[in-house]
Amino acid sequence: MTKVIIKNVVKRFKGVTALNDISFDINDGEFFVLLGPTGAGKTTTLRIIAGLETLDSGDITFDGGSINHLSPAERDVAFVFQQYSLYPMLNVYDNLASPLRSPMRKVPEGEIERIVKGVAEKLHIGHLLDRKSSVLSGGEMQRVAIGRAIVRCPRLFLMDEPLSNLDAKLREELRVELKYIQKTQDSTTLFVTHDQIEAMTMADRVAVLNEGKILQIGTPEDIYDRPATTFVAQLVGTPQINLIPSVVEDGGIIIKRSNLKLSIPQLKDIPYNLILGIRPEDIHIKDNGRFRGEIDLLEPLGVETILHIRVGEVVLLSIEAGLAKRAIGETVQFDIKEDRINYFDMNGFRIG
Amino acid sequence: MANIELIQVEKKFGDFHAVKPMDLTIKDGEFVVLLGPSGCGKTTTLRMIAGLETVTSGEILLNGKNITHQPARERDIAFVFQFFALYPHMTARENIAFPLQAQRVPKDIIARRVKEVTKLLEIEYLLHLRPGALSSGDQQRVALARALVRKPQAFLMDEPLGALDAEFRETMRAEIKKLHIRENATTLYVTHDQIEAMAMGDKIVVMSAAVIQQVGTPAEVYHNPANTFVAKFIGSPGMNLLPGIVQSDKIILPNGDSYLIPQQWGPVFMNGWNGKKVYIGFRPEALIIDKQGCINATVYSEDMHGSHVMLNMGINDTQEIVHGRIERGVYYAINAPICFNIREDMVRFFDAETGNALKAEVKL
Repeated sequence: MTKVIIKNVVKRFKGVTALNDISFDINDGEFFVLLGPTGAGKTTTLRIIAGLETLDSGDITFDGGSINHLSPAERDVAFVFQQYSLYPMLNVYDNLASPLRSPMRKVPEGEIERIVKGVAEKLHIGHLLDRKSSVLSGGEMQRVAIGRAIVRCPRLFLMDEPLSNLDAKLREELRVELKYIQKTQDSTTLFVTHDQIEAMTMADRVAVLNEGKILQIGTPEDIYDRPATTFVAQLVGTPQINLIPSVVEDGGIIIKRSNLKLSIPQLKDIPYNLILGIRPEDIHIKDNGRFRGEIDLLEPLGVETILHIRVGEVVLLSIEAGLAKRAIGETVQFDIKEDRINYFDMNGFRIG
Repeated sequence: MANIELIQVEKKFGDFHAVKPMDLTIKDGEFVVLLGPSGCGKTTTLRMIAGLETVTSGEILLNGKNITHQPARERDIAFVFQFFALYPHMTARENIAFPLQAQRVPKDIIARRVKEVTKLLEIEYLLHLRPGALSSGDQQRVALARALVRKPQAFLMDEPLGALDAEFRETMRAEIKKLHIRENATTLYVTHDQIEAMAMGDKIVVMSAAVIQQVGTPAEVYHNPANTFVAKFIGSPGMNLLPGIVQSDKIILPNGDSYLIPQQWGPVFMNGWNGKKVYIGFRPEALIIDKQGCINATVYSEDMHGSHVMLNMGINDTQEIVHGRIERGVYYAINAPICFNIREDMVRFFDAETGNALKAEVKL
């Protein structure tokens, strides 16, 4: 497939900067996810790559060749939208076959049948081929829409929140299938979402976008373990990371409005004021733990329980496996894995 | 406060059966969650209790008194919607005070009640602002304050967090639960989000296709689901369900593997199960990767979840995908063969014909 390079792309809409100097590479065969909240510029980026939107400055190359001057059709990308765009009057087979029947491609019908049947089997829609697309369920329609993208071998797949309109169970299912198809076809894919779970579970690499700027590019592990800013730290992981203001005093890190004192990390230029980022799974309740707090709230999720532990005026989220047999008001002792703590300055930027 | 009872309550819209006759009791001070996919009848049930929808047949009792045909405004039940439904031209304070003004409550009492609820929800600082100037989380706090200010006998909440961003949703979820623990108001809460239901409910009522599938605590619906629908719906991902055929003390899977039925389940399979189709059910955390494991599978994909990894596996000769929750840092190649076992204390069985759970004779 294709290696894609996005270089210094700027896009303005009537004086509003939608994309502020965006650069990233997508490797050949990579599943690359753009993650960010509504209005971050994700869809604009996708539309510029597809040629549905022009860029004000910057460059986009496919395998080293600039594509800025190419029409959308000449770019040879396949787009999957959030809203399933199918022909309602055609059956599933013809919906899947139509990209191959385009005058630009002229694939012989026998070949089309082979491809369509293969794709339909992969997406578990083989039994629906004779059905009109208008009578399908939402999940089935989105499978067909994805099928329409993968029947041909475009240079790049662009997917704009394709799972967002589906209910939770279908989303889980399709997420797993889509990733498997992508990995076994090695197709270069750019996938846009606001859902951190989709980004974390599907991506080879993630770029976190906010207000038209890229905050961090990395593997899901990088983003989760070493978030570049407090914004990124909060965006990924559920339950959310604990972000706690603290100060360096008396040879330790003191968490204000509590009696918690932690050791100072071996990092250069530690400022007086800090924000600590502690993942809930790095706070462990233990009989002889160093710290003491009181259970403020319990949220049993089945596989694990979220514990809200109050220490002074600070509430820390922690998780315990299974259904915790604890009570609100109970005093608990706990440890914090200090080597897993993230440190941020007061502007939210990572230290070290 | 309040005790709500539904006796054979049903709702039809023309030929469409939105809620089939159902019994349900919500005890005084209880937080009950009505959980189900869209179209299952949960919102219709809530609206019948609120008096926003007529009842086709059956009775609704509030503290033992029949309110089935009482107008909504006389029921003394507060309703919180998914969409904040605030008056845009009024300040937050005016919005909160409105229900009391409508009841012609004296001004000094209104002022006191508004002060109480806004302190409780920590929104005193925004009372002079109009809804348009508030974040979605704060708008929902104002809507909650407006419901609380009346001290109603019960609260009905229809997906109150559905319109919030993921990060707000987590915070508000905890806030509403804390509020409930403090105020102890009888609450019926509707959602399609099983995580919300598990985290918040004292009791969860799982609905599907206009029928209650199970009523239970979070622990009960998670560990002992009444049927395959509940097993799949609760949990993310839901319970793994492997089809198989009982053959004396074993269950034979479609790929030819045989699963030895744990001893404590032996008596359950004694009478008449030989040759019948069942599902072996187990949560992703009950799956143990083990070279000597009895079930063969193929690695499909591995999903990073931050604190853990979800390993997805295909069972040969089926389209079944099985999920296993594993530690971070272990990598498996796509399509690599793999074997696993199931934790004996966490395995469950379902009748493939009816979907109903088999009842263990020992307490699980």
